[in-house]
Amino acid sequence: MTTTTAPAPSFNRDALEQLLADQPLPAWAEQQRRACLDRLESLDLPDRRQELWMRTDLRMFKPQAWGLRPAGDAEAPEGLLAPAFPQAEEGGVAAGGRPDYAGHFTTVNGHVSRCEIDPELSRQGVVFGPAAEVLAEHGDLLQKYWLRVIDTDSDYFAALHGAFHRGSMVLHVPAGVKLSQPIHCLAAIDDGGVDTSHVLVVLGEGAEATVLTETASCGTTGAATGFHCGGTEIVVGRGASLRMVNVQNWDRGVWHVARQKAVVHGNGRLQWTLAALGSRLSQVAQDVALVGEHAEAQVNGVMFTEGRQQLVYNTLQHHEAPSCRSDLLYKGALQDRSRLVWRGMIKVDKAAQKTDGYQRNDNLMLSAAARADSIPGLEIEADDVRCTHGATSGRVDEEQIFYAQARGLTADEATRLVVAGFFQQVFDRITIASVREALAAAIGSRIRRVS
Amino acid sequence: MNERLEIENLHVAVEGSEILKGVNLTIGRGEVHALMGPNGSGKSTLGYAIMGHPSYEVTAGSIMLVDADGTAHDVLEMEPDGRARAGIFLAFQRPMAIPGVRLADFLRHSVTNVRDPDRKEGQELMPMREFRGELKDKMKELSMDSDFARRYVNDGFSGGEMKRAEILQLAMLRPRFAILDETDSGLDADAVRLASESIARIGGAEMGILIITHHEQLLEHNIPLKTHVMLGGRIVESGGPELAAELHKQGYERIRKAYPEAAAAEEEMEAERRLEPAAS
Ligand SMILES: Nc1ncnc2c1ncn2[C@@H]1O[C@H](COP(=O)(O)OP(=O)(O)OP(=O)(O)O)[C@@H](O)[C@H]1O
Ligand SMILES: [Mg+2]
Repeated sequence: MTTTTAPAPSFNRDALEQLLADQPLPAWAEQQRRACLDRLESLDLPDRRQELWMRTDLRMFKPQAWGLRPAGDAEAPEGLLAPAFPQAEEGGVAAGGRPDYAGHFTTVNGHVSRCEIDPELSRQGVVFGPAAEVLAEHGDLLQKYWLRVIDTDSDYFAALHGAFHRGSMVLHVPAGVKLSQPIHCLAAIDDGGVDTSHVLVVLGEGAEATVLTETASCGTTGAATGFHCGGTEIVVGRGASLRMVNVQNWDRGVWHVARQKAVVHGNGRLQWTLAALGSRLSQVAQDVALVGEHAEAQVNGVMFTEGRQQLVYNTLQHHEAPSCRSDLLYKGALQDRSRLVWRGMIKVDKAAQKTDGYQRNDNLMLSAAARADSIPGLEIEADDVRCTHGATSGRVDEEQIFYAQARGLTADEATRLVVAGFFQQVFDRITIASVREALAAAIGSRIRRVS
Repeated sequence: MNERLEIENLHVAVEGSEILKGVNLTIGRGEVHALMGPNGSGKSTLGYAIMGHPSYEVTAGSIMLVDADGTAHDVLEMEPDGRARAGIFLAFQRPMAIPGVRLADFLRHSVTNVRDPDRKEGQELMPMREFRGELKDKMKELSMDSDFARRYVNDGFSGGEMKRAEILQLAMLRPRFAILDETDSGLDADAVRLASESIARIGGAEMGILIITHHEQLLEHNIPLKTHVMLGGRIVESGGPELAAELHKQGYERIRKAYPEAAAAEEEMEAERRLEPAAS
């Protein structure tokens, strides 16, 4: 347990010293923090002239209003995904019988409140736990990945994350080890809370795992504020297979900025699903680099926005090696005055012949005041490739609603069904039933009849 | 007296132009009525108006659902789903596709609501096992492959498949009054025969049926008590089954001559339609 101190007023040098005292890390990792702070001090908030921030309205974001927070006494919410994995009786996973999950990791305001792993997996060499502990013990394994997959120099938020990450989870699955149950990770904040957590998942050659991560606010108002500045790094080793799910379900007052990148080696397979239901403003980078022959990535996006939410996604499918496949499908439904921006790029290096790349974004407008922008892009240097993209935007068809009503469904039920149908295509790709069900239910409960 | 669906002096307008110009029609439960008429005469419009399509504005007249004890319910006061729950069914001439929604899931919602008209949203659906069993039986009776229910509602269905799916829904929902709008179109000869038999079996004495058709085959097993002819938005003539045969063979020449006023209305509607793009 770390002792909690009064909330730092901001992300400044004092706060960093305090953090270093609270959460010592190996020297190399502390050095990274300091370097990132130097970088942070040299940077301004991104402005709209920067391409990736062009449609992101940060005017109301006041960086000096935020800083790391004490644990507080808020309890982590249940989350959307966890209920599908009933906990073993008191005593957690160790209490006997095989659990429905391989491990749990929960934080509130960046303070770890729960960390359990199936002891059998530890015996097999699986490394799992808070970065503050794991990096010290397994630096040899992890140093080459930690904060080196994403670029902490790229902008203000990336540097802030690199300097101030806390409550971070690390999972390292050694070669050949297959996790048959998912790992569940929940990052929570209370009202006004801050989360700077980092997730690092590394799969050795031929390893297999499913990792479900989600973010949520404590409390039940749905309107809590907060700030998330997170990072996710994924390394899928040769012939390894990872299913990764990130569900962003913050309350409506939370600023959410996330830098996420996966590197997939030869013959590795990644199924990466991003779902977004909450936040006030989100700016997310989701990059996939295919670095070895025959690597494959399937990227799924499920977004539901309402109120005045503004969600911005920048995706990159970077083909660095020949004969790789990437297939991205983002689907969004927008209600009220919300905005959704997707900017996708397929980048094919000269060496990456026989690339098969696809990207598609479909949006369903549930209100006339909502707005969606789809900006696909291709940057191709190889000559023997197949890269295609598509984007659609449509409204719920009143004729569909009438047809369903004529069969006894209320207009509300009909709308919900049509929207569910819209997402079905992406749900059909997500091979984890509990995730499909949880997302479908969460979206269903948010839809109001469009008039 | 018998339960009935009573349509009186019904006037219906679409985007401000009047399509139905005073339709009178009463269908008793257990009766079969045929409705024929040239393209564009207003047959589907009548179906939509009965079901409550929001684009079809009833400007005058009434549609009442009358119980056996004489209690009358104003259909025009009901939302479309309320009408379905009250026991009215429309088989669409052109059913809508709902991609991503499996026919079985759609029907389970539908059947639950129609059988329990007081069900509140969010309450339990009909138990899966019971529903599946019933669906399977019905599909078997209609010689449909059970995989069919796993497909998305009308999504990529062939013309014939759509119509068979409409009949399946009719069979599952067992309404009091059904309007079948060209349910025979798109079906091959064998399928029409099967459809005709199935409808007769589903309907029996329990259903009042209005069959909108350009052909006779569907009527083979559903002998109409009356055949009505629509022209220019009115029912201009009603007769027995022999009228359907005559129209099928000889067309509407005689009707147009006999009812010059309705024929003029028909021409007017057509002229209006032709001018519409220029006018807007
Ligand atoms: N939604 C609509 N918008 C514009 N015009 C319509 C609409 N629905 C019907 N009409 C017009 O109303 C008239 C009657 O159409 P309706 O579909 O009722 O004819 P019908 O008798 O069913 O013809 P068919 O035998 O071809 O099916 C036509 O002139 C048609 O163009
Ligand atoms: Mg018609």
